[in-house]
Amino acid sequence: MKCPSRPPSYLVPGLSLIVLLALAAASLFVGRVYVSPVDLIAGLASSHSTLAALVVTELRLPRAVLAILVGASLGLSGAVLQGLLRNPLAEPGLLGVSNGAAVGAVISIYFGLAHAFPLATPLLALAGSMIAGALTFAFGRTSTLSLILAGAAVSSLMASFLAMALNFAPSPYAAYEMSTWMLGSLSERSWDHIMLAAPFIAIGMLILAMMGQAIDALALGETQALSLGIHLNRTRILVLLGVGLAVGAATSVTGSIGFIGLVAPHLVRPFVGHQPSRTLLPSTFLGAAVLLLADLGTRVIPTNTELKLGMLTSLLGAPFFFWLIVRMQKTAP
Amino acid sequence: MSRLTASHVALKRSGRAILDDVSFVLEGGSFVALVGANGSGKSTLLSVLSGLIKADAGEVRLDGAPLASLERRDLARRRAYLPQTPRAEWPIAVERLVALGLTPHLPTFGELPGGWEPRLTEAIAACDLSDHRFQPATTLSGGELARAMLARALIGEPQIVLADEPTSGLDPRHALDTVGRLKALASQGKLVVAALHDLTLAARYATHLMALHTGRLVAFGPIGETLTPELLRHVFEVEARIQGAGENAFVDYLRPATQS
Repeated sequence: MKCPSRPPSYLVPGLSLIVLLALAAASLFVGRVYVSPVDLIAGLASSHSTLAALVVTELRLPRAVLAILVGASLGLSGAVLQGLLRNPLAEPGLLGVSNGAAVGAVISIYFGLAHAFPLATPLLALAGSMIAGALTFAFGRTSTLSLILAGAAVSSLMASFLAMALNFAPSPYAAYEMSTWMLGSLSERSWDHIMLAAPFIAIGMLILAMMGQAIDALALGETQALSLGIHLNRTRILVLLGVGLAVGAATSVTGSIGFIGLVAPHLVRPFVGHQPSRTLLPSTFLGAAVLLLADLGTRVIPTNTELKLGMLTSLLGAPFFFWLIVRMQKTAP
Repeated sequence: MSRLTASHVALKRSGRAILDDVSFVLEGGSFVALVGANGSGKSTLLSVLSGLIKADAGEVRLDGAPLASLERRDLARRRAYLPQTPRAEWPIAVERLVALGLTPHLPTFGELPGGWEPRLTEAIAACDLSDHRFQPATTLSGGELARAMLARALIGEPQIVLADEPTSGLDPRHALDTVGRLKALASQGKLVVAALHDLTLAARYATHLMALHTGRLVAFGPIGETLTPELLRHVFEVEARIQGAGENAFVDYLRPATQS
């Protein structure tokens, strides 16, 4: 039977992948410095270090790859969390791992470790996100409500550590450095950063990708999901682990980037019949696409100081949030 | 045929006994109406029987094996559990919601195998939902949703069906349909346990009656022998008249029982 509510299952993921690829290509060709596409492609292919080759392989390519990794992990985490918590406003920052990463990074900046060892900031941020995730896990593993509450508690605890670090910043410059780190950015990130984050992101996303059946069954509520043989406790723990690894590692190299994880699932949900498992793949692609788009914006919009990515995503995300509220009021029973 | 055994099941919550030394043997082929006043432990008993809550003492066995020892998916294939007033959390299509009943039959990855399609159509038609098949489940009325949930519970063809007030919120026609369907399952050899508040429906359709009073099992047996005015006075504190038997049975409440 043909019906509008049953589009072919590859359609939405396929379309979002095309959007992602188009934006990825655009992000290689567009930048502050104009390099002709022919030179860029030649640069990608050649092993000689021409200027075009350097721009592409050392600046734009890592930037695009990082945007894809980070955007994808935010998009997937958001989709899984919204499915698990059955809450359209859930987003990866909810579990406290993003703020945990920020605390780690800020500690590194506070003590000037970043100047001694370039990867100190992402490494400490990673440690911070893991500690925050472990704390959320320790208090929130027993039920969904306690998971949300523990996440909120850990988030605000980490936020108060951040405020404390800013308060006692050794110099105005350090305070400035901390607050810019928290704004989130993809610029001046190298392949080393990617190598550091990629394994964690990959493992985290792999775990999250396996949650489809559980979050589908949760559409019936926890009791029925449980009665259908879903291990709820195990699901909660795995989701926390997956989000902790993927988003923790992503935030560690880029700083906090808001709204991607919240927005991406909403962009796809109506097109997949609201079925939670079917939002996962397209959300992953669109999360990456939205981040690439925002990053393109930071490069194309002419400003004197660099436009920070996290600031831009939040700025774009807020109107979306309003739209979401209006739409929910309309569709509420 | 399946056999569900409870032996000395007891459960306490904050010092209060919710279930107290409940023992019985249920066999396939019976439709057991579980009755009792509000707070008598019906829902808790159904949760314990379905393996969702572990009893503090005693145990429940399914075909001789303790529930706790069964693998969850295996248990989910063998028994269906329908909670009271279930809710759809996302506006998924009704057919999607019904198909979720097949979750324990699915591989960890992948979609519904093609062979399930006719069964899905059949289950939706059986619960009179064909017109609503592609409608978002969140836009269904309470009674329509209750029927969708029943279809969800029955589509996996479980040997045991445990339903908590499956007729609440249904109009007379659909309430009759529902108990009729449960009775038909029992006559196919399956075991059905349903908490029911409508005693006339219970008297007409159920084969057995199980009555709980403050967590204790006060009556269990074939419905014709156990459903008596004395029982209703004890369990519900009402004076009742029971007329006829079998398909013509009728239970009428006269007045609250006077305290003696």
